[in-house]
This record gives sequence, structure tokens and C-alpha cells, in this order.
Amino acid sequence: MLELITFSLINGVLYGMLLFMLSSGLTLIFSMMGVLNFAHASFYMLGAYFAYQISTFVGFWPALIIAPVLVAIVGAFVERYMLRHVHQHGHVAELLLTFGLVYLIDEIIHLVWGRMPVDYRIPEVLDFTLFSLFGIGFPAYRGFMFLVGVVMFVALYLVLTRTRVGLIVQASLSHPDMVDALGHNVPRIFTLVFALGTGLAGLAGVIAGNYLITEPGMGWAMGPIVFVVVVFGGLGSLTGALIASMIIGLVTTFAIGLNLSLADLFASLGLEITREAFMADLWFLELSRIGPILPYLLLVLMLIFRPRGLMGTRET
Amino acid sequence: MNARLKNALAAAALTAVTSLASFGAAAQDTIRVGYIDPLSGPFANVGDAGFKHLLYMAEKINSEGGVLGKKIEMIPLDNKSSPQESLVVLREAIDKGVQYVTQGNGSHVAGALIDAVEKHNRRNPDNAVLFLNYAAVDPELTNEKCSFSHFRFDANAEMKLSAMTDYMAEQEDIERVYLINMDYAHGHQVSRITKELLAEKRPDVQIVGDVLHPIGKVKDFAPYVSKIKSSGADTVVTGNWGNDLSLLVKAGADAGLDVDYYTFYAGGLGTPSALGQAGKDRVYHVTEWHTNLPVEEDTPEMGEFSDAFAERYPGIDWYYNRLGTQMLMLKKAMEEADSTDPMEVAKAMEGMEMETPYGTVTMRADDHQLLQPLYVSVLTEGVEKDVENTGLGFKTVARIEADDTALDTTCEMKRPE
Repeated sequence: MLELITFSLINGVLYGMLLFMLSSGLTLIFSMMGVLNFAHASFYMLGAYFAYQISTFVGFWPALIIAPVLVAIVGAFVERYMLRHVHQHGHVAELLLTFGLVYLIDEIIHLVWGRMPVDYRIPEVLDFTLFSLFGIGFPAYRGFMFLVGVVMFVALYLVLTRTRVGLIVQASLSHPDMVDALGHNVPRIFTLVFALGTGLAGLAGVIAGNYLITEPGMGWAMGPIVFVVVVFGGLGSLTGALIASMIIGLVTTFAIGLNLSLADLFASLGLEITREAFMADLWFLELSRIGPILPYLLLVLMLIFRPRGLMGTRET
Repeated sequence: MNARLKNALAAAALTAVTSLASFGAAAQDTIRVGYIDPLSGPFANVGDAGFKHLLYMAEKINSEGGVLGKKIEMIPLDNKSSPQESLVVLREAIDKGVQYVTQGNGSHVAGALIDAVEKHNRRNPDNAVLFLNYAAVDPELTNEKCSFSHFRFDANAEMKLSAMTDYMAEQEDIERVYLINMDYAHGHQVSRITKELLAEKRPDVQIVGDVLHPIGKVKDFAPYVSKIKSSGADTVVTGNWGNDLSLLVKAGADAGLDVDYYTFYAGGLGTPSALGQAGKDRVYHVTEWHTNLPVEEDTPEMGEFSDAFAERYPGIDWYYNRLGTQMLMLKKAMEEADSTDPMEVAKAMEGMEMETPYGTVTMRADDHQLLQPLYVSVLTEGVEKDVENTGLGFKTVARIEADDTALDTTCEMKRPE
């Protein structure tokens, strides 16, 4: 039992941190600009592919810096030359534009890197076992991922709440005319925020692409779960996204670890359910079998009972 | 920009119109084979690779004079992995005069196609269609659901598992087996059949875990790896494919999990690249072909053949050797029947034997299941022909003769008079 709890805690927190890295950029863009960026996971995928390409030339460490910057440049381009034009038509137009971007980026990746996974590897310096617990190794790279996640959260939090830039950015959203009147270039601030948000997605791609698999379907695989995190945590709340990521990570891993079903629960209450019972499949469905689906259930429950999410400031 | 766009659109439309027109004109002197598989969406890479195998075979056969003086023409039909969509494109294909269709990805799709083809052939006996299945491995398709119009060129899941457990039974060091599978028909079958076969062949082996997980929804397999580890398993049997297989094996390697994996789909279509070093000396699979087979079985002509394929379509290895067998057997059956009429060809194909570089294969008449030699092999370093330029390749550890792969069938075939 101790073993199960330890592993589920470690695995849950680590998975949660990965989810946070992915969703922080999305929630940033949403809170600052009100744009729900459907293509967020595509920027994540771009980050992984850029990092793969760069690492084949100069190795992993330069790629860790260059790839997110490149993704941010692509993001800035998208904001300046695409989003800004449709901005006047409202949020639906922006949403549709980012939706189209998903397919565009997908096709570009197919054309450039093909449809098969690429061999993007973990750097050799981090390819060792950090420590072992109950006979299970804990790879150093996972520790590195966790560290990057923490640094990301702290840096973002400080920039947004403690610096002049952060204050101007926040003010640009609620009172753009006033900020404009004070002499700040509001559109440029939006471009910067969008670039930063996509750059963060790119960074997540660099970090996760080699730990998971860099392949053309990776964006599609991560897209839905990122939205769950952001909506669950409250659209636009960085702290909310962090807490939501942790909850989702822990719920998923604990569910996988437990071989519990509703029938077991009833049995512990003294109610025996047999295999012949009405809807037996449901009662005997083990938690571990549906673990990875649970976040979506949480999403639905959250939207019903608390539509603004954990820490959100407005209704979704 | 607009003018350029218009030009491009006009050109595309023109191409579409002319290709439709040539469709009609070419009807009489070509044999059309419709390829119904995903060509868009998340499994497009798999569908695309299969189609390239078929294009290559068609080209080869055509360059050698075609079949009965006719050329083979492959027609891609995108089913988006959906049974409903497959039936729509099947209908379109039949309307265009396609008499042969082939499909492989997903037994649910194959099941729907068998029903549709069966119904069509009953209503239109003069305009029948044959369904050549190259990868849908649900045993039902050649048992309860068997059909005269359906021929399967891949060994079904039960045959593969039978071969795999035969080999496992001989491995003394296998004591504790863990089953992890995707939560759908194929995964359920792998779990059920493995338990039955192991109980029969190695009653002393313990099944220490039997887990199902949602398809394609798991990003982090670490929690599953902890479960496997704490169960004390030494061997994992899994029907997982694609990322669900690669991520499992990678997570296992990261955590230092010391087990062997017995799998179905580790051999190609990007999985070896994704597995990389994590799979070395651990991942076994059972197939009719792997890239190092020409070296091991001393069949250099097959080596040249698969090299030429890889050169022609960079990034894809020759993987579905059964598609080669399928097209050659179709050709042979047409020549034997001296006709391209599907029902005549089907009669010729029933019970047909054919020589291949790896031995005689037989299309069993009872259930239309191809019997071919199978190989159990392990991913390892230092083989002559590697796979997907990974430096790793497969090494055969056991060959199962075609006859020994045969299992009883419950098929009661309804043959046309």
C-alpha cells in the first residue's frame, strides 16, 4: 500500500507538472487576450519538431533555448498577420482561425518531417537513473522536467504580478484605451503576450517531445487534456492551472493504481453484487480501466457545478 | 495572390475532372482494386504506407505484363477509420466498376465490409465484389462471420497468439506473465486467448496481472509500469500498437523494468523508431516477415525487393509482405480461372497453394484463411538489415511452419451455386 501511494504521488505530481507546462501558455493567452487558442497543442508539437531538428545539428542544450524562441516568433507572426486582422470580428472568428491553424500546422509537419515518428532523444547527460525506490528507477530526465515546470511557474507568476511589464499587460486587457492613452503600444503588447504563450507551449514540446514521442499525432493527443486543465483550473488563472494539473495528474495515476470497482465498494458496505446482476459490466468496471478518462468526467462536473473553474474570475 | 489561388484551384479542378473521365475510359482494360483504409486523420500514416505497398506491387505486376493482358489499377478510398464511411466509399467504388476491394485497419471496419459485400453479392450476383483482407485479425471474421467473398491474408489473432505461446512455453525462465491491453475488441481477445493458451501449454505460469486501458488516451505509462513492477512479472503480453506500445516500452525502460514484451505490432510503420533503444533485446513479435528475413533465410531477391521499395518510398520499410502475397495470389487465381470475374476468381483462390520465397502458402478453402509460415523474432542490435534506420533489427528466434499455424474453424461457408 505504501508502495502504491508513494508511486502514485510521484507519478501523479510529475504528470501534473507536464500538464501544467503545456497549459500555462494557453491560460496566459486567454487571460491576457481573451483568445481561446485551439492551436496551442500544435505549437507544442512545433516546439518538439524544432528541437529535434536543432538537436541534430547542435545538440539538445542549444535547442532548449532556440526552439521555444523560434516557436514564439511563429506565434508573433500568427498574432500580427492573422489574429489581429480577425480580432475586430470577435472571438468566434479568432477561435475559427486558430482551429484552421491546427490543420495548417499538421500539414506543414507532414510535408517537412513526414508521417512517421522522428528519433528525438533525451540528452545523454540526463540519461541516467536518479534514484531507485522499491526497485523502480526514477529517471533523471523526469526530475529535469519537474524542475523546468517549477521554474516556469515561478517566473511567470513573478513577471505577471511583480513587474511593470506584467502590470501593463494586465491593464491592456481590461483598459486598453487607457493604456494606449498612457503611451503604450497595446497591439504590440498583445503580440508579445501571444508570442510568450506559444513560446511556452514550444518549451513544453522541447521538454516532452523526447520523453514521450515526437510524431504528427502528438498535438491531437495532447489538445483535449490541455483544455480540460485550463477550464478545470478556471480560464485565465495561472495558479488555477497549476492546481488543476496536479489534481488531474494525481486522480489519473491513483485511479490506475487502484483495482477498485463499484461492486467492491458495495461489498465493503455489505451489499454483494454478482456477475449476473443488472448492468454487471458497469458495477465491475475497474477504476484502472477508465483512469485516463476521469479528467473529462471532472471537466463535465466542474462545468455543471462551478462553471468558472477552480480559480477562475469569470464564467466560461 | 487571389489570381494565383484561382489558377491553382482551376488546375486542381481540371485534374479532378480529367481523372474522372479517364476512369470511365479505362474501365475495360484494367483490373481495379479499391483500397479502403484511413488516408486522413490520426491513422493516415498507416493507411498511406499500406497504399504504397500496393502501388508498388501493382507497378511490379504491370511491368511484367499485367494479368491476362490487363493492368492492375489501385484506387485509394479514404474511410477515415470509420465503418460507416467505409460503406459509403464501397458503394462509390462499386458504382465505378471496382470488383476487388482490400482493407486492413480495424476488424470492426472489416466486419462491416464483409456484411456489405455479402449483401451486395446476394443481390447482384452478376456484378459481384471480392474483399481481400490484409490485416484485420479478429478470429471471428473467418469463423462465425466467415464469407465466401472474404479472403484473409494475415494470420488471425488466435493463430499469432498460438505461435507466440508455443515459443513462450519453451522458455523456462517465463514464470509470471502480465497482460496489458487496449480496451477494445482486439485487446479483450488478446487477453482472453493468451490466458486460455497459457493455461493449456504452461499451466505452471502465473498470470499476475490483466489490465485494460483506454486506446490512445494514456500519455504517461509510468503508473502502469509501477503496477507491473510490483506484480513481480517477468514477461508482458500486449496487443498494443502504435504509441500505446512505444510509450509503454519506453516508460518501462526509463523505470528500469526488467521484462520481455511479447507483441503483435512492433515491426514497422514508425514503431521501431519510437521504441529505439528502449526496446532492444526485450521486444518480441510474431509476423510473416521482417526486414532481416532475406538475410536469415538466404533469399537475396527479397532483400533487393525490399531495398528497392525503401528507396522508392523513403521513410517507409517493406512491412506488409502479405500484401505482396495477396496480389500475387490474386494474379495467380485470375490466370487459373482465365477470367477476372470475381466469383470465378474466388473459386480458383479457394484451396489455392502458392510458392513464396518463405515456403508454400495455402488459402484454406474451409474459411478463406491464408496459412503461411510465421516467425517469432526479437528486436536487437547487430543484425545485417536494420529497420527504419534505427541500427536495430529483428532476429528470428522461431519459425512456425504454415501447417502448424492452422487452427480449427467453426466456419460454415455458404457458397454460391
